[in-house]
Amino acid sequence: MPVIEVHGVTRRYGEGPPALGDLTLTVEPGEAVAILGPSGSGKSTLLNLIAALDRPDSGTVTVAGVSLDRIGEAAAARYRRAHIGMIFQFFNLLDDLSVAENVVLPARLAGMGRAEAARRAATLLEALGIDRHASAYPGRLSGGERQRVAVARALMNEPTVLLADEPTGALDSASGQEVRRLLTDLNREGQTLVLVTHDESLAAQCASRTVRLMDGLIESDVTVGADR
Amino acid sequence: MSGLATVVRSGVGRRRVQTVVIALSAFLAVTAAVLAGSLLAASKAPFERSFAAQNGAHLSALFDGGRVTGAQAAATAHAAGVAESAGPFAVVTQTPRLPGGMGLPPLTIAGRDRPGAGVDRVTIVQGRWPSAPGEIAVVDGPGLGDELTFADLPGSPAFTVVGRVRSASSSADAWVVPSAIPSLTSPGSVPGRQMLYRLTAATTTAEIDSERSVVAAMVPAGSLLGSQSWLTLKQAADRNSALFVPFLVAFGLLGVVMAILSVGGVVSGAVGAATLRIGVLKAIGFTPAQVVRAYLGQALIPAGIGIVLGAVVGSVLAVPLLKQTEDVYESSGSGVAPWVGLVVVAVAVAVVAGTAWLAALRAGRLRTADALAIGRAPVAGRGRRAAALSGRLPLPRPVTLGLAQPFARPGRLTAMVATVVFGAASVALAVGLAGTLGLIETARTHDTAPVSVDAFGAGGRFGPGGQVAGPGERSAGQNAGTGTGAAGQNAGAGTGSTGQTAGPGTGPGGQPGSGSAGKQADPLAGGGPSAAKVESVIDAQPGTKASYGMVEAPATLAGVTGEVDVVGYSADPRWAGFEMTEGRWFAGPGEAVAPTPLLTAAGAKIGDTVIATVGGHRIPLRIVGELFSTRNQGMQLFTDLSTLSAAIPDVTPSEYRVAVAPGIDLDAYVNKLNTALQPLGLGAMRNPASHSDVLLALDTLTLFLTVMLVAVAALGILNAVVLQTRERVRELGVHKAIGMTPRQAVTVVLSSVVLVGVVGGVAGVPAGVALHRVLMPAMGASAGIRLPRALLEVYHPWLLLLLAAGGLVIAVVGALLPAGWAARLRTATALRTE
Repeated sequence: MPVIEVHGVTRRYGEGPPALGDLTLTVEPGEAVAILGPSGSGKSTLLNLIAALDRPDSGTVTVAGVSLDRIGEAAAARYRRAHIGMIFQFFNLLDDLSVAENVVLPARLAGMGRAEAARRAATLLEALGIDRHASAYPGRLSGGERQRVAVARALMNEPTVLLADEPTGALDSASGQEVRRLLTDLNREGQTLVLVTHDESLAAQCASRTVRLMDGLIESDVTVGADR
Repeated sequence: MSGLATVVRSGVGRRRVQTVVIALSAFLAVTAAVLAGSLLAASKAPFERSFAAQNGAHLSALFDGGRVTGAQAAATAHAAGVAESAGPFAVVTQTPRLPGGMGLPPLTIAGRDRPGAGVDRVTIVQGRWPSAPGEIAVVDGPGLGDELTFADLPGSPAFTVVGRVRSASSSADAWVVPSAIPSLTSPGSVPGRQMLYRLTAATTTAEIDSERSVVAAMVPAGSLLGSQSWLTLKQAADRNSALFVPFLVAFGLLGVVMAILSVGGVVSGAVGAATLRIGVLKAIGFTPAQVVRAYLGQALIPAGIGIVLGAVVGSVLAVPLLKQTEDVYESSGSGVAPWVGLVVVAVAVAVVAGTAWLAALRAGRLRTADALAIGRAPVAGRGRRAAALSGRLPLPRPVTLGLAQPFARPGRLTAMVATVVFGAASVALAVGLAGTLGLIETARTHDTAPVSVDAFGAGGRFGPGGQVAGPGERSAGQNAGTGTGAAGQNAGAGTGSTGQTAGPGTGPGGQPGSGSAGKQADPLAGGGPSAAKVESVIDAQPGTKASYGMVEAPATLAGVTGEVDVVGYSADPRWAGFEMTEGRWFAGPGEAVAPTPLLTAAGAKIGDTVIATVGGHRIPLRIVGELFSTRNQGMQLFTDLSTLSAAIPDVTPSEYRVAVAPGIDLDAYVNKLNTALQPLGLGAMRNPASHSDVLLALDTLTLFLTVMLVAVAALGILNAVVLQTRERVRELGVHKAIGMTPRQAVTVVLSSVVLVGVVGGVAGVPAGVALHRVLMPAMGASAGIRLPRALLEVYHPWLLLLLAAGGLVIAVVGALLPAGWAARLRTATALRTE
C-alpha cells in the first residue's frame, strides 16, 4: 500500500495559473523519489502538501493513512511529529537553541522522555559526525554542519517519510556531497525519501525514481537505477 | 524540560536585546502609568479628600479671650449639632519680620502642643511640629530655619521656623507651643480663644449658620469675634483646583495611553518579527496553541519583571510627585493609593498577554508554508518602490539605503510613526501647557509687581517697628488671592481691646496671614495719604519703573447674592498681569471691567450698566470689558479710583504696587523706599504674591511626565529598529563585505528613522497643539471662567519648528543603540546568519 497518495490535487495562488493542477502521485514505502523541475513548476508546493504545511484547493492527500486535505493546523502539527522529517534548503534551525536542543525538540514535543530523547539525539549526532558540536549554537557552524543538524532533527522521531527541499541548495560541493551520501544511506536502510531539487545529479545519486514537473503537472515519471 | 519550556527559556534567555527591550518598555510604561494613575486619583475632589484626611473643622470660631473663659469656650463643644471638637486654642495675630528687617504680612498664630488634635489634624509637609518656645510652624512664606522676629512686642521675641504645614481648615497661619503664646501677646491684651467643630449636619450654608448661632448663644453676647465655614474654603479650593484638574487628567490619560501603546507595540512587534521562527516551530510539530503559549511565555516573563519593578518604582516616585500635586491643589493626604498600582499591574499584564496572544494567534494560524515563506523573505516585493525612489536621491548611498528600509514593513512603519506622533504630541502639549499655565497664573492673580506698599510694610504704621494697632482697629492683611476664610466669616464689629485679628484664614493663593479680615477695617474711611503724594514719593525713587495704587471696597450688586469687591486703581495697572477676555480696559470714570463669574452672576454683558452700592453710595458702572481674574472667586469689579472718589471723596488707595527697572537690587530698593515712605505711615516690602509655588509645582510635574512619555516613545522606536536591524543582518553583512564602513552602517540605521521622525514630528506637533486648544478652554470652563485668547497663543513659529524637530530627536535617540550594534557587528557573523 502506498505510503503517499496524492489524487487530483490542485493548488492555486492568486489569479494566475495553478501551482499544481490536478496532480496525482503515489509513493511506495522505501522509495526514494526526486521531484525535479524548473523554478515555479510546483515542486515545493507538492512537498508542502505532503508535509501538511499547506492544504490543497481540491483533491486528496493521504500520507501513512492520514488524510491531509482538510486537516487543521493542530492535527497537522501532530501528524508531522509522528510521520514527517523535514530538511529545508536553508536549514531552519532555531538559533537560540543549541545543536542538541534543536535535535531533541521534535521528540520532546512528541512526548519522549528527556533522557531517552537525549540518548537518541547523541546517537544521531555521532552517526552524522557532529557530536562534538552538541552544545554549540547553529550560528557557529558551517553550512554543511548545520544541514547535518537539520537531518538529525528530522530523524529524531523515526519518520515515516523524510522530505528534503533542495537539501544541498545552500551548500558547497563538498558539504553537498556529504549530505547526498547521508540521504542515500538512509534510503538504503529503508527510509522513504521524497526529495525536491533542480539538481539532476543529486536526483541521479539519491533517487530511484524521478518525477519531473512542469507548470504544475507531471511531465514524466521514470523509475531509474540510482547511482549510489 | 518540555519542548515548550525549552523554547520559552531560550527565547527569553538568548534573545537578550528583545528581552531587555520588553522588560524596559513594560517597566517605563508601568512607571508612567502608576504616576499618571496616582495623579488622576489625586485630582478627584482634592479638597474633600484632604479635608476628610485631616478631619477638618466644619466650623471654626474665635471668641474674645477677655470676655469668654476657657471653660465657657470648651463648653460650646457640647452644643447640639456638634459631633466632635478641638480647643480652646489661644490665638493671637502679630506681624513678624525676617532677618534684615524685611516685613511679612500679619500671621494668625495658634498655640497647640501637637498637630493631631482630633479635629483639624494639621499635616506636616516639611520639618516638624514645634516642641519648645522659640519654635514655630508656618503654612507658607518663610522657609525652614528662617528666624521670625516680632519686633513690636516686648523683648522682640524670635521664633525659628521648624516646620511647614498644611491645614485644610485654614484654622491659622502658624502654630507655636501653648507656653509661647504669652510672649506673643501684646501688653494689656488677651489672646482669643479658638474652637474647632465637626458638625452632624454641615452640607449647606444654612446648617453652618444655624450651628454658629447655637454656639454664639452659649457665650456672652458679642464675644464671638468671628467664624469660618468649611463650605467657603471648599468653594474657593474647588474653583482653584478646577483650573488644573483637566491638565493633570490629560497628562494622566496620555501617560496611560502611551503605556498601553508602547508595551503593546513592543510585544506585538517582537512576535510579528518571529514569523519564520513560528513557521519552523510548526514545521517540526508545534501546534498553534503551543506556539501561542510559547510566545505568551516569552512576552510575560520579561514583561512581568518590568511590570513589577515599574509598579514599585512608580509608587516610590509618586510620593514627591503627589507632594507637588498637593502644592497645586493646596491639599494634603494625597498618599499613593495602593489600588492604583494594582489596577496598573493588572491592566499591563492584560495588555502584554493580549497583544502577545493576538500576535501569536495571527502567526500561529498562518499556514506553515506561508509562515516559512513570509518569515524567510519579509521584504519580497515590499519597499522596492521606496528603495528605487530613494536610490535616485542625490544623497550618500548609506543614507538612501536607510531611508527606504522602513517601507519593507508597512505595519511596523505605521507603528513607529504613531509612536513618534504620540511622543511629539506629548512634548508639544507639555510646552504649551507650561506656557499657558504660566500666563494663567500671572493673569488670574494679576499681581506680578515685585514690591508692595501699604501700612504693613516694614516702615508702615502697622508694620514691624511701626505703630501698634490700637483698640477698635483690626489688623488687615494683604489681599488674599483667590478667596479666603474671610469670605465666610461673620466678623464681629471691632475686635475688642487688643487689635487681634478676627479670625484665621489663609487663602488658596497661599498668601500667608492673609485670611482673617483680608481687608481693611474700613477702606473707605480715608485718612491715608493721597495717591498723588504717595506716587510722587515712589516715582522719585531711583529704579522705579511704574506704580499704581488700589483700594478694595466691599460692595453689593443688585441681583447678586453675597458681597462683591469694587477695586479702584489710581493708575494703569495692566502691566501687573491683567488679561482681557473680551472688550477693553476702562478708559475713564464710570467704566469698569469684570470677570466672567461676576458677569454671569449679575446676568450682565459688555455694554450693560450695573449698580454697585459701596459704603451706602450707589455707583453706576458701565461694563466695557470682561477680565480674566479668579480673585475673590471672580466676584470683583475693577474701575478707576476717580469713579469711587466721585461718590466717596475721602477714599484713598490702601495699597500700592511698584515695578522696578531691570537689574535693580530689590532689597536695597525696598529699604530705600521704606525710608522715604515712613513719614507717610507706609512701608514697602517684597510682594509675596509675585512668586508662585503653584507654577513651580506645575512646571515640575509637566517636565517629569513629559520626560517619562518621551522615554517610552524612544523605547518603542528602539525596539522597532532593533527588529528591523536584526532582520537585515545578513544584508548588512553583505554590505560590510563589499566595503561598508562601521560609520556608514550607523548612517544606514539612523537614516532609517529620519522619515519616521520627521513625519511623526510634523504630525504630532499639530496634534499636541490641537489638544492644547481643546484642553485649555475646558480647564477654564470647569472653573466657570473664559480664558483670554492671549493665554492660548503660546506657540510661536520658531517653537513649532523646534517641537517638530523633536520628533526627529526622539526617533534618532531610539535608533542610537541598534546603530552602534550594526557598526560593531562582525561581517562573518552577519553573513552566517540565516
